Amino acid sequence: MKPLASAALLGLAVVLIFLLSIRLGSVDLTTGEVFAALRGEGDLNVRRIVVDLRAPRAVMAILVGGGLSLAGAVFQALLRNPLAEPYILGISGGAATGAVLALAMGLTASLAWALPAAAFAGALLAIVLVLRVAATADHGVDVRVLLLAGVVVGAFFTACMSFVLSISDARTVRSTVLWMMGSLAGSDWRTVLMVTLYTLPTGVALVGLARPLNLLAIGEETAGYLGANVERVKRVAYVLASLLTAAGVAATGVIGFVGLIVPHGVRLLVGADYRVLLPLSFLAGAAFLTLADIVARTILSPAEVPIGVITAFVGVPLFLLLLRRSLGTRLAAGAES
Amino acid sequence: MSESTALEATELTVQYPNAPAPALDSVSMVVPRGSFYAVLGPNGSGKSTLLRALLGMVPLVSGRAHLFGRPVSEWDRRALAREAGVVTQSESVAFPITVREIVAMGRYPYLGALQSETPTDREAITEAMRICDIEPLAHRFLSTLSGGEVQRTRVARALAQEPSILVLDEPTASLDVRHEMEVLELLRASADRGMTIFLITHHLDLAARFADRLLLLDRGRVAAQGAPREVLQEETLQRVYGWPISVSDDPATGLRHVTPLSTASHPNHGASGR
Repeated sequence: MKPLASAALLGLAVVLIFLLSIRLGSVDLTTGEVFAALRGEGDLNVRRIVVDLRAPRAVMAILVGGGLSLAGAVFQALLRNPLAEPYILGISGGAATGAVLALAMGLTASLAWALPAAAFAGALLAIVLVLRVAATADHGVDVRVLLLAGVVVGAFFTACMSFVLSISDARTVRSTVLWMMGSLAGSDWRTVLMVTLYTLPTGVALVGLARPLNLLAIGEETAGYLGANVERVKRVAYVLASLLTAAGVAATGVIGFVGLIVPHGVRLLVGADYRVLLPLSFLAGAAFLTLADIVARTILSPAEVPIGVITAFVGVPLFLLLLRRSLGTRLAAGAES
Repeated sequence: MSESTALEATELTVQYPNAPAPALDSVSMVVPRGSFYAVLGPNGSGKSTLLRALLGMVPLVSGRAHLFGRPVSEWDRRALAREAGVVTQSESVAFPITVREIVAMGRYPYLGALQSETPTDREAITEAMRICDIEPLAHRFLSTLSGGEVQRTRVARALAQEPSILVLDEPTASLDVRHEMEVLELLRASADRGMTIFLITHHLDLAARFADRLLLLDRGRVAAQGAPREVLQEETLQRVYGWPISVSDDPATGLRHVTPLSTASHPNHGASGR
């Protein structure tokens, strides 16, 4: 009952925040105006604001927020570490670099699918690099090594992006820099459709892996003895979570810490069972990023704060808290053995 | 290969990458179905590696491993998990998980990807928790339990798999006398009901008391195997453990006692042991 009640509550929150997101902006609208515009009635300008600008942007926030949260929860199970997250692991950076390369080479003008595909390739390259660097320890991945690997791989991709930007023309540079900071501003229905096609099937497939992901949280060897095909589950889950990250990055740029904050909160709410955690992380992530976007748009209105700034302001303190706790328990465990 | 064999190793050799010597060197052994089989040996003698090799978790350099008459490499992991419940030496949970959730993981090989627990599953989980006396802990987080409670939770998870063989790697290492005896008596009773028990342990006395057959490993090789009385010989144990050991029979219980002596009483074994 408790997971169902939480799901209902979060679902309701998503709907309310979605409506709020459409109502609030440089022109504040009433709920009645919003519904009228969604039905295709009322003032033409209001209809344009709602249907062409705010609605796709709010839907995008739902998709990307949900996707990044889901991806974060999956990386946490795979790496057995609550600090794992697409941005911290450098995977978002890899995806962004892939996308920047595709933009700079002009691939996206002729091939609409090239941007997410290039982002996906970059994300996969990043995860391979991180695992290669981090898996030097004998048993699993040490949290400090993993975080360092993420930082280093992230720095490498930032350098790659800077290099590509330095040899690009001014127009590409402007659009790319904005997009590297993360923004939902460019959302239109075409991009929303693209992200939906990537996010929904991938998300459903990952929820289908919830049971083996639960086993991985207690260790790969034990998971194997309990009947999980550990290597296959890991391969599939890494690829799908990278794809989810890449779809979000390709559409909205780099938005950090969502995959850290949201699964942590959901775990406090309903526990660590991935069959519940994954769908609820999607809902909570959707609500969180839509809310963050409202703050980003309104706090310095009419200017807009990059949404990645908002998520970082929430995420960094939480990260530091979790890091302290994680290192603390690890030291205690080391002293005991 | 007969129907009466649970586990069988034939000339099993395992070598880890970059290791100077094989972890297992031509080990042959047979665990009869329904028997209580204990594996002994010093640290690093290959006990855990033997467990992994018998259950297809490490690649073999040479030799064969069979589970119920079939090469272990041919077993599908889910099918294997329905036959063999394993309690490894240690594990750590990455997130807060309750006792009930841990035990319920034992039903993994019986359930589809999105299927929820059936009454049969719930019955198996409850029964396993009852046997291991952890029902009152059901909703506690694993991180709040004592070492003994954690071990009993892990044994309960293996029992929830409803296996025909239970494989345990030093399950009583962190238990006090009462809980250790409870686990061992539980294992003995399971063996008497027809379950095969494969136990790795450092307790020579208790192995002799509870097990039907013993295997003594020494640096990856078989030092002795057979009935407890045959395996627990003074010379063999002193050679394998590199320590003066006295073996005696208790006239009251008829049980074999193994007593490590002090090196001071045994000039061949170097300086003072105090």
